[in-house]
Amino acid sequence: MKAVEVRELVKDYGNFRAINGISFEVNEGEIFGLIGPNGAGKTTALRVIATLLQITSGSVTVFGYELPKEAGEVRKIISYLPEEAGAYKNLRGKEYLNFIAKFFGEGEKFQNMVQRGLEIANLGERINDKVDTYSKGMTRRLLVGRALMVNPRLAILDEPTSGLDVVNAQEVRRIINSSVEAGVAVLLSSHNMLEVELLCHRIALINDGIIVASGTVEELKNKYDARNIEEAFVKAIK
Amino acid sequence: MIGNIIKKEFKELFVLSTILPIVVIAVVFGLVGQTIGNVGETMKEKPVIGIVDMDNGDFSDTAMSVLIEKAEVIYDGNDAEEGLEEVREENGVALLVIPENFSQNLYANHPGEIEIYWIMRGAGIMDSISSGAVEGLIQAVNQGISTKLIQEDSSFDPALVLAPTQRVETTFFKGKEIEGLSSSQLGNMLSSQSIAIPIVVMMLIIMAGASVISSMGMEKENKTLETLLTLPVRRSHIVIGKIVGSALVGMIMAAIYMIGFSRYMSSFQISDINLADFGLALGMQDYLLIGISLFVALLAGLSLCIVLGTFAKNYRSAQTLIFPITALAMISMFITMFKDFDTIPAVLRILVFATPFSHPMMAVRALMLDNYSLVIGGIAYTAIFTAIMIAVAVRIFNSDRLLTGSVQKRVALGKLLWGFRR
Ligand SMILES: Nc1ncnc2c1ncn2[C@@H]1O[C@H](COP(=O)(O)OP(=O)(O)O)[C@@H](O)[C@H]1O
Ligand SMILES: [Mg+2]
Repeated sequence: MKAVEVRELVKDYGNFRAINGISFEVNEGEIFGLIGPNGAGKTTALRVIATLLQITSGSVTVFGYELPKEAGEVRKIISYLPEEAGAYKNLRGKEYLNFIAKFFGEGEKFQNMVQRGLEIANLGERINDKVDTYSKGMTRRLLVGRALMVNPRLAILDEPTSGLDVVNAQEVRRIINSSVEAGVAVLLSSHNMLEVELLCHRIALINDGIIVASGTVEELKNKYDARNIEEAFVKAIK
Repeated sequence: MIGNIIKKEFKELFVLSTILPIVVIAVVFGLVGQTIGNVGETMKEKPVIGIVDMDNGDFSDTAMSVLIEKAEVIYDGNDAEEGLEEVREENGVALLVIPENFSQNLYANHPGEIEIYWIMRGAGIMDSISSGAVEGLIQAVNQGISTKLIQEDSSFDPALVLAPTQRVETTFFKGKEIEGLSSSQLGNMLSSQSIAIPIVVMMLIIMAGASVISSMGMEKENKTLETLLTLPVRRSHIVIGKIVGSALVGMIMAAIYMIGFSRYMSSFQISDINLADFGLALGMQDYLLIGISLFVALLAGLSLCIVLGTFAKNYRSAQTLIFPITALAMISMFITMFKDFDTIPAVLRILVFATPFSHPMMAVRALMLDNYSLVIGGIAYTAIFTAIMIAVAVRIFNSDRLLTGSVQKRVALGKLLWGFRR
């Protein structure tokens, strides 16, 4: 079964068409990247799949569940990391993980989730501090831990490494890779075309609400006779 | 330089969502002002009364001529029953009966009795104005009799000359016959007994409302809303969770406030009239109804706040959004304090009934007078109001509005209405 199937998706904001008929699939056990410049429509696409925005036209299914009809079922199996996200400022890091884990399980299942969240966030003693004392990188690690600890079947990660320094970014990429080994399908977006070569199994290049090319990184480089994805993208939108 | 900053601040704050509530309040206060204006006119007019003279003596003649001069007498006869009926029909204030032996008693150095039957229509502060005019009449009657006593013979007891009459009062109010109290005494008693609840309700709504609206603003400002909306939890549970959480916080805050307030109020408690003596005491069942009314009004207020809160862009704009709620709560408090539900003009009556907060404010007085239909009807209305508001909030939570904000307001609103039609 496909983790995600998007067919001819269109999304309008009022009169403005942010997504103009895109189609792609994400397989189980793979990291799929939606790659494009700022304003291309990546966040919009991910929000639709994460049940946050209504579909203007087209169809979206997640592990066979159709949106928007089965949004409730979809929410049980996905985990969404927004591009700009925060945690409740009055909570401590550990309390935030507890708060989220309670939506997904009880007893031992709950304990295991929180444990995994603590490991992924890897904040040491600081996990017991209030979230509003965290740096940007620490908050992001906490949120990545939150997103991946719940054992989703599909993780939707919007720019998971944006705004992080190289060390934190590398750490987050390592975490994403290891969670895929545990069987999670990952759909992520990035405007960093170089990092996706390190991270994604397959990618789609998106520009102005349209997918201009898709395939594995190698396929795209060959197709456009490019040394890297950045070059391929530039050639693809010509 | 400073002009630039002022311009930015002004533009940020001078938007429809902050102006509209003020306009609404101005209109409502205008309406209230009109009612009060009408009251001012009734004050200038002569009080409308009926008189019955069973004495037909020298002193009752004096009393009668004073009354006929200073009041608009709509009944002047010998039958108290008939007179009462007439006063009631003609919207009069009271029937004054001068019993037999009035003059005889005075000649024997005893004060004469005047029976006053008050027809009371409302128990608000504004409702007792016309009864004040009747009090003035009695003064005039006393003066007339005192003068006559002195003219007749200077051997009358000075105490009698100073206070030649005694009153025996009965007040008819909403089907109850309350002996020994004038309508203004009864009105004062009812309002002193029912003033605490409107203030608690107002505080409760404002405090809990502020916390639910700011929680919406904070979700947006801290960027936690998107995550919350993708968690496996029903939209209705998010909405209800926020309402109940804020209700608890609001009740704790209001309780703290009330402790201080009740001490303040108790310093004014002078009369120790026992309500039970007049058949006005509240029973267990009444307190239960007040509690229910209070609770559903709180839920209604909070569900309204959630809907307003979806407009909040951040913590700061959330603070302005609470304003309409504050205004509504305060207006209902003042209206229910000043006027009885039965005596306000129809437009205001609809407005007061439609405002869910006003129901617990009116409940105490209504229950003292056994007006169960107003209280139970109010509870039913408020519950329906709450259910509709929660449904609207859930619908907004399901739409794009929460995340995309005002860009799509028109489209989202259109969709919302369209969705309701289906
Ligand atoms: N709430 C909104 N209302 C109107 N237009 C929006 C809204 N959100 C995004 N857009 C527009 O949609 C387009 C795609 O935005 P987005 O999906 O955020 O792009 P990306 O994530 O690729 O940077 C942009 O042109 C953006 O300006
Ligand atoms: Mg984006």
